[in-house]
Amino acid sequence: MGMEGIGARVTRKEDKRFITGSGRYVDDMVVPGMKHAVFVRSPHAHAQIKKIDVKGAQAMPGVIAVLTGKELKADGIGNLICGWMIHSKDGSPMKMGAWSPLAFDRVRYVGDAVAIVIADTKGEARDAAEAVEVTYKELKAVVDAVKALEKGAPQLHPEADGNLIFDWEIGDAKATDAAIKAAHHVTRMKIVNNRLVPNAMEPRAALGHYDKGDDHYTCWTTSQNPHVARLVMSAFYNVAPENKLRVIAPDVGGGFGSKIFIYPEEVVCLWASKKAGVPVKWVADRTESFLTDAHGRDHHSTVEMAFDKNNRITGLKVDTVANLGAYMSLFSSSVPTYLYATLLSGQYNIPAIHANVRTVYTNTAPVDAYRGAGRPEATYLLERTMETAARELGVSPAELRRANFITQFPHQTPVIMCYDAGDYGASLDAAMKAADYAGFAKRRDKARKAGKLRGIGMSCYIEACGIAPSAAVGSLGAGVGLWESAEVRVNAVGTIEVLTGSHSHGQGHETTFAQLVAGRFGVPIDSISIVHGDTDKVQMGMGTYGSRSGAVGMSAIVKALDKVEAKAKKIAAHLLEADEGDIVIENGALKVAGTDKNVPWFQMALAAYTAHNLPGGMEAGLKETAFYDPTNFTFPAGCYICEVEVDPETGVTEIIQFVAADDFGNIINPMIVEGQVHGGIAQGVGQAMLEGAYYDPSGQLLTASYMDYTMPRADDLPSFKVSTSNTPCPGNPLGIKGCGEAGAIGSPPAVINALTDALGIADFTMPASPSRVWAAAQKH
Amino acid sequence: MSDISLSVNGRQVRATVEDRTLLVHFLREHQGLTGTHVGCDTSQCGACVVHVDGKAVKSCSMLAAQASGSTVVTIEGIANGADLHPVQAAFKEHHGLQCGFCTPGMIMTATDMISRHPEGLDEATVRAELEGNICRCTGYHNIVKAILAASQAMSKASKPKAKKAA
Repeated sequence: MGMEGIGARVTRKEDKRFITGSGRYVDDMVVPGMKHAVFVRSPHAHAQIKKIDVKGAQAMPGVIAVLTGKELKADGIGNLICGWMIHSKDGSPMKMGAWSPLAFDRVRYVGDAVAIVIADTKGEARDAAEAVEVTYKELKAVVDAVKALEKGAPQLHPEADGNLIFDWEIGDAKATDAAIKAAHHVTRMKIVNNRLVPNAMEPRAALGHYDKGDDHYTCWTTSQNPHVARLVMSAFYNVAPENKLRVIAPDVGGGFGSKIFIYPEEVVCLWASKKAGVPVKWVADRTESFLTDAHGRDHHSTVEMAFDKNNRITGLKVDTVANLGAYMSLFSSSVPTYLYATLLSGQYNIPAIHANVRTVYTNTAPVDAYRGAGRPEATYLLERTMETAARELGVSPAELRRANFITQFPHQTPVIMCYDAGDYGASLDAAMKAADYAGFAKRRDKARKAGKLRGIGMSCYIEACGIAPSAAVGSLGAGVGLWESAEVRVNAVGTIEVLTGSHSHGQGHETTFAQLVAGRFGVPIDSISIVHGDTDKVQMGMGTYGSRSGAVGMSAIVKALDKVEAKAKKIAAHLLEADEGDIVIENGALKVAGTDKNVPWFQMALAAYTAHNLPGGMEAGLKETAFYDPTNFTFPAGCYICEVEVDPETGVTEIIQFVAADDFGNIINPMIVEGQVHGGIAQGVGQAMLEGAYYDPSGQLLTASYMDYTMPRADDLPSFKVSTSNTPCPGNPLGIKGCGEAGAIGSPPAVINALTDALGIADFTMPASPSRVWAAAQKH
Repeated sequence: MSDISLSVNGRQVRATVEDRTLLVHFLREHQGLTGTHVGCDTSQCGACVVHVDGKAVKSCSMLAAQASGSTVVTIEGIANGADLHPVQAAFKEHHGLQCGFCTPGMIMTATDMISRHPEGLDEATVRAELEGNICRCTGYHNIVKAILAASQAMSKASKPKAKKAA
């Protein structure tokens, strides 16, 4: 059974349904009597709603109902909230502006929903949505976070004076200032982290169904955490009490963070299903997704990094302005604070760090977690600065990093995090070897003869994953605990169901989680099913984000398996008339160690359920539950190297090679881990070279389709060279660190460091489109 | 309204559809073939690729009425009973999918690509020809690998042994 256990490259159990067209996504769901919804959305970035006239729309063919924010409010549906409280440095709580699921008095970004139209067909709903007459009084808009802080800028929310949500700091300002003052050298940079649209390939969707007979709601939704959706919609949005609300996240076509949050549409579809008396399905079209999915990144920062005469970092000072868009999305406040500034120590010994972060309202889509969430912004800032410092100091970028690496663990940084294990030198060595770093100069010279500019750049990233110890995040303002739950049901015939609070939307949990169980009990992987994504089946769980499903979700399964094993051994010992301590589980049987006495797994399971011959006082059945709360974050880390070649005549930049050397701790399925890294790198390279969400000054999103927003395509990317050199994580039973976000975190600075190396420049703002690269090449 | 008649996965179907009904909506909503997906509004993402008269077509860019009289094959129709099509098998074997949403379109594009290149495929050709299919999960690395492997497997299967030896 070693072939199916931990460490094996098992092909995925879930693949069959996806490759045969049998996947079940929300848009594939059909409920009897189901009708189709289209949202009427604001065409203006900022306006007062003077009047909404729905009469014309209501008279259109096929229309069942047209509902607005006033009716929603009258029914007591609550405003959307941000669930992580951040206090400004003056002690005041963050300034959360009101966000009604349907705007009724004012709209604050293009795409803000103002009404829902429900009709027999989507076409009819779309036609009728165009007939809803909304009278707006346009207001001045602001889309740039820095400009939104300026005096005289348009004001978005009465709660947030000057559009400032909070002004927060972390670290020791005095010590950092002193380090900079006393420094031998200071590297100073301005860093922009470009705004991105997550772009899961499956657009968001919701199907709300109110059952009058049972006074019960069901919501099928594209969620990474259906239990959190149920909790929030119940406790804060007053849709229904939890026991009257079932949330199902079936197959979900990618999330990347954007499907963590509870959006207006699922709330409105649920409410409308009761109001209109029909099941209501809404599926976003792609432009709607661009306009209303929570965006990512959008930071403007300045950084000062101080060095002593031995090129050791003595201090790091960061000032960041983060754009949170028009409303505070569910976890938006945590991204530019505890998921960002706590990682500013990187892989380095930095005695003094101070970061100041101001978050700002603008007339743009809400900004929240997108793959990496804060950690890519920290890594980009730090690794661009390290590379620039190496150039300024005239030393090798690799050696400057190596000289500053943390080598002793545990290591307490000045910004909360305590790193538990790692070997940063090992990843650096592995990456340099795989990239033939030493041979770069020759390749560069050869390219130069052909009129091309070659550059090489690296990035040594660290991230905090395995999110997160509940008490720790609670003390930092989180409104929820971040444990995970698991239930293991051994059936009477010995087959096993694992019910998990984690949610798989591409990560392959149905395979990796089953590998864990197969390896543990020596039973065939096909006899194990992983159940997730349904609040009626699975007990409360916290979902999938922050690379937590392995480190936290699987740890919960381990805890439940421990209990199952203990009971199974008791039953076997009783059946075999042996001592419980002598029972071992091997190859699908419970054996008396050192003898040939055994009871097959299925027979033990049957005995548990027939209950004819159990140890005295033992309850029948074999089903155990566990909640696992981690004791620390985990700290995946690694080194990425990118080599690019620029054609200075056209500005076209080709990625010659991309190398990733990661430390993920122990690995369950290397095939799946490599896939996660590939995908992460593609998103990171996308950010560096292709992607950017742009609003014009009036607040219109210029990049609202795949014709305007450049998604990485197959011919934009090379095949990647990925490897791992792992130090097990001491903080969880499986030694897992997590791998979901690393690629997106580590790659953007590697690409831009390579590009600026090729061009011989210090500053470059992503993305490296040919026109921008060409312009930079001309200046040089 | 338009009366249409076409072959879908080997079965002749007749229907009356709204004139504006796209082929993808006809397949998903009228035929219940939900393996074909809609990922964008602009014919960019390729999640909706099906075969119409043997050619890969984005079914979001064709009216159902235009497909009348045609032979349409979708992701649900390419396996031979319980035996996966070699491209399906290669996507599984090489982990060429994660969330699975773009996968049907990728597989339909790949089968068309392989059949248009009986001489075989190389990485650059595969990458260039995937221009009309977007995947957000895999970084394309394993998709490319899967298509190259399927191309090889299919060319081996189609060539008689003697010819191969020669």
